[in-house]
Amino acid sequence: MTESITVFVPNETAAVSLGANEIAEKIGAVASNKKGQVNIVRNGSWGMSWLEPLVEVAVGDERIAYGPVAVDDVDGLFTAGFLQGGEHALKLGPTADIPYLKKQDRWTFRRCGLIDPLSVTDFEANGGFSGLKKALASGPEHVLEQVKMSGLRGRGGAGFPTGIKWQTVASAQGEQKYVTCNADEGDSGTFSDRILMESDPLTVIEGMIIAGFAVGASKGYVYLRSEYPLTKQIFSKALTLAREQGWLGNDIQGGGFSFDIDLHIGAGSYVCGEETAMLESLEGKAGVIRYKPPLPAIEGLFGKPTVVNNVVTLGSVPDIVAFGGAAYDEYGVGRSKGTLAFQLAGNIKRGGLVEKAFGLTLRELIEDWGGGTASGRDLRAVQIGGPLGAYFSAEQLDTPMDYEAFAAVGGMIGHGGIVVFDDTVDMAAQARFAMEFCAIESCGKCTPCRIGAVRGVEVIDRILANEQRDENFTLLNDLCDTMIDGSLCAMGGMTPFPVQSALKYFPEDFKK
Amino acid sequence: MTTKYSSAIATEIIQEYSAAAEMLVQILHAFIARFSYLSDAAIRQIALELNLSRAEVHGVVSFYHDFRTKPPGDHVVKICVSESCQAMGSREIVSQAEEKLGIKIKETTADGSITLEPIYCLGNCACSPAVMVDEKVYGRVDLKKLDGLIEECRG
Repeated sequence: MTESITVFVPNETAAVSLGANEIAEKIGAVASNKKGQVNIVRNGSWGMSWLEPLVEVAVGDERIAYGPVAVDDVDGLFTAGFLQGGEHALKLGPTADIPYLKKQDRWTFRRCGLIDPLSVTDFEANGGFSGLKKALASGPEHVLEQVKMSGLRGRGGAGFPTGIKWQTVASAQGEQKYVTCNADEGDSGTFSDRILMESDPLTVIEGMIIAGFAVGASKGYVYLRSEYPLTKQIFSKALTLAREQGWLGNDIQGGGFSFDIDLHIGAGSYVCGEETAMLESLEGKAGVIRYKPPLPAIEGLFGKPTVVNNVVTLGSVPDIVAFGGAAYDEYGVGRSKGTLAFQLAGNIKRGGLVEKAFGLTLRELIEDWGGGTASGRDLRAVQIGGPLGAYFSAEQLDTPMDYEAFAAVGGMIGHGGIVVFDDTVDMAAQARFAMEFCAIESCGKCTPCRIGAVRGVEVIDRILANEQRDENFTLLNDLCDTMIDGSLCAMGGMTPFPVQSALKYFPEDFKK
Repeated sequence: MTTKYSSAIATEIIQEYSAAAEMLVQILHAFIARFSYLSDAAIRQIALELNLSRAEVHGVVSFYHDFRTKPPGDHVVKICVSESCQAMGSREIVSQAEEKLGIKIKETTADGSITLEPIYCLGNCACSPAVMVDEKVYGRVDLKKLDGLIEECRG
C-alpha cells in the first residue's frame, strides 16, 4: 500500500481566478487514473499572487512549490514526478525559501497558505486560539493593556490607535455593546482583508471574540463586500465551524464568556467602507454617513457603544495577546508600530501581499519585491492608499513607509495598497476618474462632495478641451480646497488628493 | 437558479430574516438571488411586510449598485474599472466588450443574453485586469481571454 501524498491547491480568489479549481480537479483525476493516493488540501494563499496558482506537495518535512501552474501543466507535472518533488520548469523549491516570502515579517498573515483555512485542528496546531485562551484566563484589563502597549493602529486606513478605541468602548456606559468588523475593502489595489478572510478566517473570528471580551460586547457583525463571493463562502463556513466546536456562542470553551457573530453582505457601495456609513448599512439603511461626534465608540450600531475595526486590525490582535504587546511593538518605526500587509498591484511584475515592518521604502517594495512594471516599461506613477490616495512620481520612491512620513509629503498609506502605472498612463484621465468615482460613490449627505465631484469632472473636461485654461485651473484648485475643508468624511475630503498630486507632479498631461 | 416572482416565496424569504427592518439590505440581496431583480411588486411587498414606506425601501434600493430594478441578461459580465485594472488596460477591455456585444456598458444585449456592467474592484488587483462573469472571477484577462468568456456566455 502506498502512502497518501498531500498536495495543496489554494482555494483563494486570485488562484481560483486563474484556474485553481480546474487544476485541483485535474490532479485528482490523473492521480486516481494512476491509482496513486493523493490527498488534496484546499489551502489559502501565501499572498504570492504572481505565482498563482501555486501548487505545493508535502515531501518529507518540506513543502515543494510549483507555479504558476496551468491546467495544461498537470500531466507534465505528474511525468516529472512532482509528487516526489521532481524537477520541472515550474518548480520553485521549498515554499519557505522563496525570497519574496522569506524576507517578510509575517505576523498577522503567518498561517496564510500554511493551513487548511477550514480546519480548527490545523488552526490550533499552529498557534490559533492561544491568544483567546490567554485573554479569557487573564481578563479584559490585561487585554486592553497589551493592545495599548503594542502600538497597533487601525489598518483600515485611518490609523487610529486600537487600544484607545477599545478603552473608550470598554469605559462607555451600557448593557449592550457591539464589535463590528469592517470587511468592505473597496480601495482598488487592496486585497489583504480578502486574503486573510479566505486563508485564515478563524484568526479574524478569534480577534473579534477577544475584542468583545475586552470591551464587554456579546455580539459581533462582519460587514463584507458583495464583490467577494468566495470570501463569503469560506468565511460563512468558518463561522459555522467555530460555532459547532464551541468557539462561538454561549459560554465559549466553558470560559464563561458568550459571543456570536453575524455576517452581513454589502451591496456595492464604496462609501460603506466609511465607518458610520457601514453602521447605517448594517442597520439595513442606505449607507449615508453620520455626523461625528458622537463617535461610534460611544453611540454606534443601533446607538450602542461599538468597536469598528478593520479585518487586519482584528486579525493582528490574537498574537498581540498571545505574545504580549511588547513583542509587536518591536516591529516598525516611530509611531508606526508593528507590521503592515502591503499589497502590490496594478502594472507590477510580481504582484501580491508583502507583510513587513513599517519603515522600508516604497522603492524596496516596488523594485525588490515587485520587480518593476509588468509591461517592462518605465514606472511613471504610483497611487498609494486607494482611490483617495495621492499619486507619487518616480522621483518619490524613496519615501519610507510609515504613517507620518507619508503624511509629511501629502500622501497616506491607508490600507497599504500600492498601484503601479507605467509610462503609458494619462494622468489627466486618472485625475478625472478620481472626481468621477467620487460623483458615483458620494453618499450625498454633504454638498462639497455631492456637487463638488460633479463640478470637478466638468472643470477637468474644460481644461482638457482648452477652454479658459487659467481660469479653470484656479477654479479646480478652489474646488479641491472646498472639498478638503468642507466635506463631512474622507470621500469628498480626500478625493482632491489624487487630483492635486496629478496636477503637481504631472502637469504636462493637462496640456493638450 | 432564479425563479419568477411569487409573493409566497417572497414572504418566506422575508420571514427567514424575521421581517426585521434592519435586515433590509440582506433581504434585498436574497430577493435578487431568487428573482434576479427587484420588481415594483417586490418593493411593495417588502415595504408592507417590514412596515416601512415604499419610499423608504426605494431609497435603499436606489442607493446601492447591486440592487437592480430591471431584469438582467442571462449572464452578467462585470469588468473592473478601478485604478489597478486601469493600469493594466481595463479601458481597452471595456471598449472591446462594448464593440463585440454591440452595446454600451450598463446595457443588455438585444437577445437578452448578456448584461455588461462596470464594477469597482474585485480585490484581484495583483492579477489585473479582473472580470467577473456571474459569480466567477477571472484574473489576468487580456483581449483574447475576454473573447473566450463572451463566447462561453453565448453558449
